Amino acid sequence: MSQIMLELLLRSLWETVLMTAASGAISLVFGLPLGLALVVTDRGGIAEQRWINRILGAVVNGFRSVPFIILLVALIPLTRLIVGTSIGTWAAIVPLAIAATPYYARIAEVSLREVDRGLIEAVRAMGGGRWAIIREVLVPEALSGIVAGFTVTLVTLVGASAMAGAIGAGGLGDLAIRYGYQRFETAVMVAVVAVLIVLVCGIQWIGDRLVTRLDRRA
Amino acid sequence: MTQHFAPIEGVSPPFDAALSETVVRIVDLKRRFGQTPAVDGVSLTVRKGEVLGIIGRSGAGKSTLIRCLNGLERPDSGQIFVEGREITGLGERELQPLRRRIGMIFQHFNLLSAKTVEENVALPLKIEGRPKSERLRRAAELLDLVGLADKAKAYPASLSGGQKQRVGIARALAAGPAVLLSDEATSALDPETTRSILALLKDINQKLGLTILLITHEMEVIRSIADRVAVIDAGRIVEEGPVWSTFADPRTEVTRSLLAGIRPQLPQAIAARLARTGREAILRVDIAGAAARRPLLSELATSISSRFRLIHGGIDNIQGEPVGTLFLGVATASGGVAEAVEFLNARNARVEVLGYVTDNA
Repeated sequence: MSQIMLELLLRSLWETVLMTAASGAISLVFGLPLGLALVVTDRGGIAEQRWINRILGAVVNGFRSVPFIILLVALIPLTRLIVGTSIGTWAAIVPLAIAATPYYARIAEVSLREVDRGLIEAVRAMGGGRWAIIREVLVPEALSGIVAGFTVTLVTLVGASAMAGAIGAGGLGDLAIRYGYQRFETAVMVAVVAVLIVLVCGIQWIGDRLVTRLDRRA
Repeated sequence: MTQHFAPIEGVSPPFDAALSETVVRIVDLKRRFGQTPAVDGVSLTVRKGEVLGIIGRSGAGKSTLIRCLNGLERPDSGQIFVEGREITGLGERELQPLRRRIGMIFQHFNLLSAKTVEENVALPLKIEGRPKSERLRRAAELLDLVGLADKAKAYPASLSGGQKQRVGIARALAAGPAVLLSDEATSALDPETTRSILALLKDINQKLGLTILLITHEMEVIRSIADRVAVIDAGRIVEEGPVWSTFADPRTEVTRSLLAGIRPQLPQAIAARLARTGREAILRVDIAGAAARRPLLSELATSISSRFRLIHGGIDNIQGEPVGTLFLGVATASGGVAEAVEFLNARNARVEVLGYVTDNA
């Protein structure tokens, strides 16, 4: 593989890592509170608000129903408003983050729901309010699941970022489509897939190690 | 059958409830789930320093009742006073400072798995906003009290069930509560561990003068540590009194059935052969207090004309009071049965002729 191809591969890797990391971080910041909100406002939750829960649920489902490639295009006006342009790596981060946030919210919701209700009761019985329950019970007890879910989200984002080539964001997926597929350069395709495998395995490995360290239940 | 035991002179019960101030007062409490009443007009008083045991079968409403006391469950009507303050009708936020005056331990311990033993014990103080140094000092003190000083840095998952409940007890005591609520705290533990946890609770009750209200479905728990017992059935208190007198003279069928496991029962082999007539009458004799202190059987032997044998039974010691149940077989030949009944009745024993058997077994 030529020097130029290698540089192209490295640049694409950087673009993918940037898109995944930035949109992943945003989805964590917004998705976790959203997941918490879905749990605590639900029936029997610590801040039961059925209407808010229904609205949040509907919004999350709405965003999750739209295919990512459509969302990418549909969000162009918003992207332009936030980033100033609708083309390039940074522009792709907006739709990626908006797609990943409700996705991650649902995953976090599942872990948060699994927290033993007896623990919430114990903290209520000792005089703890909602914040104490969230800080001392819900988040710490669900933390290993929250981290495991975040790992899944990051891996999904690596895949989704391949479509970001459609708006000129670059990245490994874009490289594979343009060089590997459209120009029949099998070597590029193989190289891209190999790099992606290493990237995904790396994310998963780090995630798994964190989960093992955080889980005190066994 | 309805004869009651006279109070015994010269013996003071281990706890004199009547002289002490009230910590918790419940007045006509009601709570229903849908159409089924879980608590149906309960009135109870818990006095400072006593251990009050509430016993009932599962579904009797005891869990709902105890959860009303710290506002985890909202009653439909009735009043609850904790240290003279009414808590019914208070909002969640107003309840929070009050709950710090009420410790609670649970059947499944409910320890936070992500926190160390020390952090679990210190949590009520953290919630209260106390400084970290104070929290750790208090946690160390309490872990010492429950005998787990060496486990401070361990995580709950590495502890045995008994150790977990000790941590639960230490945690419940952290904020210095006025009363400790125990929700089936030993039901998930084996008999040996149960005994050690009950001994710890009794020890804390006596050392710290802590008031304890516990619910259980096991009479054994009541016998070990309670001063008073209230029996709950279908949401109502059907019987209430000092433990020893309730054991000696249960007034309701529910209490008798709850006691069946730990009180002597007529052996099955004989119970199955009871008939209306026979050569031997089977008597059940219940004695307690003064009646159980005298040489009753030897007196009986010299004052009736028939021979008799002891089939089964024994004398238990509850709160320092002898409480006994004896099953006697009295030969019917020379009219001794009526004599025996008369003699025993005269000595404050409760006698019941259960039936007759013919061949010895």
